[in-house]
Amino acid sequence: MDKFTVWKAVAVPLDQPNIDTNQLCPTRFNKVEKGERFARVLFHDLRFFPDGSERRDFILNQGPYRGAGILVAERNFGCGSSRESAVYAVKFFGVRAVIAPSFGDIFFNNCLKNSVVPVVLDADTCAELRAQLRANIGAAMTIDLEQQVVTDVDGRQHAFSIHPLRRRCLLEGLDDIALTTQFHNVIAPFEAEYRREFEWVGGK
Amino acid sequence: MREDPRMTEFARRPQTLVDKVWARHQMAEVEGERLLYVDYLLLHEGARHAFDDLEKTGRQVHRPRQVIACADHYVPTRDREKGLVGVRDLEVRGMLELLDRNARAHKVRYFAFDDPRQGILHVVAPELGITQPGLLIAGADSHTTTHGAFGCLAFGIGASDTLHVLATQALWRVKPRIMRITINGKLPRHVGAKDVMLAIIARIGVGGGIDHIIEFAGSTVAAMSMDERMTLCNLVVEAGGQTGIVAPDDTTFAYLSGRPEAPQGAQWDKALAYWRSLPGDADASFDAEHGFAADAIAPTVSWGTSPEQACPIDGRVPDPGAESDPEKRREIADALDYMGLTPGTALTAIKVDRVFIGSCTNARIEDLRAAAEVARRGRAVVPAWVVPGSSAVKRQAEAEGIDRIFRAAGFEWHDSGCSLCTALNGDILAEGERCASTGNRNFRGRQGRGGRTHLLSPAMAAAAAITGRLTDVRKLGN
Repeated sequence: MDKFTVWKAVAVPLDQPNIDTNQLCPTRFNKVEKGERFARVLFHDLRFFPDGSERRDFILNQGPYRGAGILVAERNFGCGSSRESAVYAVKFFGVRAVIAPSFGDIFFNNCLKNSVVPVVLDADTCAELRAQLRANIGAAMTIDLEQQVVTDVDGRQHAFSIHPLRRRCLLEGLDDIALTTQFHNVIAPFEAEYRREFEWVGGK
Repeated sequence: MREDPRMTEFARRPQTLVDKVWARHQMAEVEGERLLYVDYLLLHEGARHAFDDLEKTGRQVHRPRQVIACADHYVPTRDREKGLVGVRDLEVRGMLELLDRNARAHKVRYFAFDDPRQGILHVVAPELGITQPGLLIAGADSHTTTHGAFGCLAFGIGASDTLHVLATQALWRVKPRIMRITINGKLPRHVGAKDVMLAIIARIGVGGGIDHIIEFAGSTVAAMSMDERMTLCNLVVEAGGQTGIVAPDDTTFAYLSGRPEAPQGAQWDKALAYWRSLPGDADASFDAEHGFAADAIAPTVSWGTSPEQACPIDGRVPDPGAESDPEKRREIADALDYMGLTPGTALTAIKVDRVFIGSCTNARIEDLRAAAEVARRGRAVVPAWVVPGSSAVKRQAEAEGIDRIFRAAGFEWHDSGCSLCTALNGDILAEGERCASTGNRNFRGRQGRGGRTHLLSPAMAAAAAITGRLTDVRKLGN
């Protein structure tokens, strides 16, 4: 996994709550192999007309937001389908952090496994950050994972918290399988005992 | 039950059902995160990214017998006898071929689209008896929550976690909080589990269950069949919950008895003793509680682009102007704009272009029976599809003559698959088309770009088919 330490980037305000993974990655793009093609998939049906031309009314097609690297969103961001392609779309577009009052559970986990940092800040703070961004179009914000602090456009700092093990994995670029391998001495006897007790699991 | 050292963490306080199942699967804890043993991994064609990464990193599937793959999202639901070459869309065919290749190469258990056991993952695993109380199931699909109906922990996961389970048969999880939703009383006639869940989501919101597992309790749930409990748990993800769960009871055990993958003989007795120990202690406490009265729930239908935007069928499309919160006002206005609806319109005045009866939410045998009961009273005036949840459900329905009722009423009878709920196999809504659907999501574009979805129960969907508009099934004549 890519390491994540400090990320400074143009932040884009997204006011709509409950943005589901179908908006981030319309279902038909789930077939796409992981890679650069996902950069165009993010918010595809809001960004492009059916003929492929850009919708100028969509924020990611406007000026500095084409290079946005942080999303500041509303509640329940990434709800819905478990498709990790929604995170591929976010990441290949160039976004490495999403700030929101709450996240869809599976999307939140998927972010952590792709070195995209989901930052939970309360709803009032998120609203304030979005207002700042609208007043300072194209301004950058900074996410410091080591310190667990967001520095906003005005230089004010907002503390956040990422679960300690996830934070360590992000900081060190450690993937889960490498982590789990360290527990082989626990897993092997557990599994042997478990399989003896539940011998019918796995079918005949 | 024997003493288990892993139980000590929980021994000091009364335990919930979730505590018990969780404790039995916990292998290690690191900085508050737990490594859990996974009994079964469920996956479909969409797991291609996990298999891609498995091969790229040169890893092996650790327990292929505990991985269940179903072709469901991309399968054709018509003309299936032509086989894979009959699938004209080459990208769709490619996804079916890819699962086929991956499942065979890695020797996981696989129900291909021509297998008699084929169907939607969340219909197939329960009907084969794979889904059992006390298990921990991970599924590469958000509606894996369905399996919680049996009293197991069932989590939807993404591709990275799927890769991890393939390689290790384990899953890292932070233990979430537990919410109890208690539903008491008798459901009115024509009101079912779908209405109950739409009503719950309308009240607690699509984010109401975030960071929680939801345990369902109360006399209404105790009286529900397994098919109904699966509908309840299926929709937990639409309330933001990590999963849903129902305590196993005699209804659960009777359902499982004799199923091909259920334990038998001495193993059954041993399993049953364990399953009976799983319901939570009477004095266990929950992090959050909600209560609902069954007799106050009406047939419910969604009007917007989020499952929480739903109300009883005798209601009206809301007026954003009447909403004082500016944010809410914009949300309602945006939804109505997409849905092409005028504030104040009676829901029963909304005409539909087509009807879809199917999906992992509502395509089990009881769902089809309920829809057929209504379909027999009229004739479909708009295209109406019935897509059974599995090939076994289809055979059962045909044995009962349900297919003949639908066909006689002008409904189309299909082979099983996700079909128009996920709109991946070529079954898709046209721009602006309005569909009454027994599926689970009314998100923008879910059933096709520009498509408009109204979520409702199978009986309500059949009523919409024979009137051509959203209809109160309670008021439909005989």
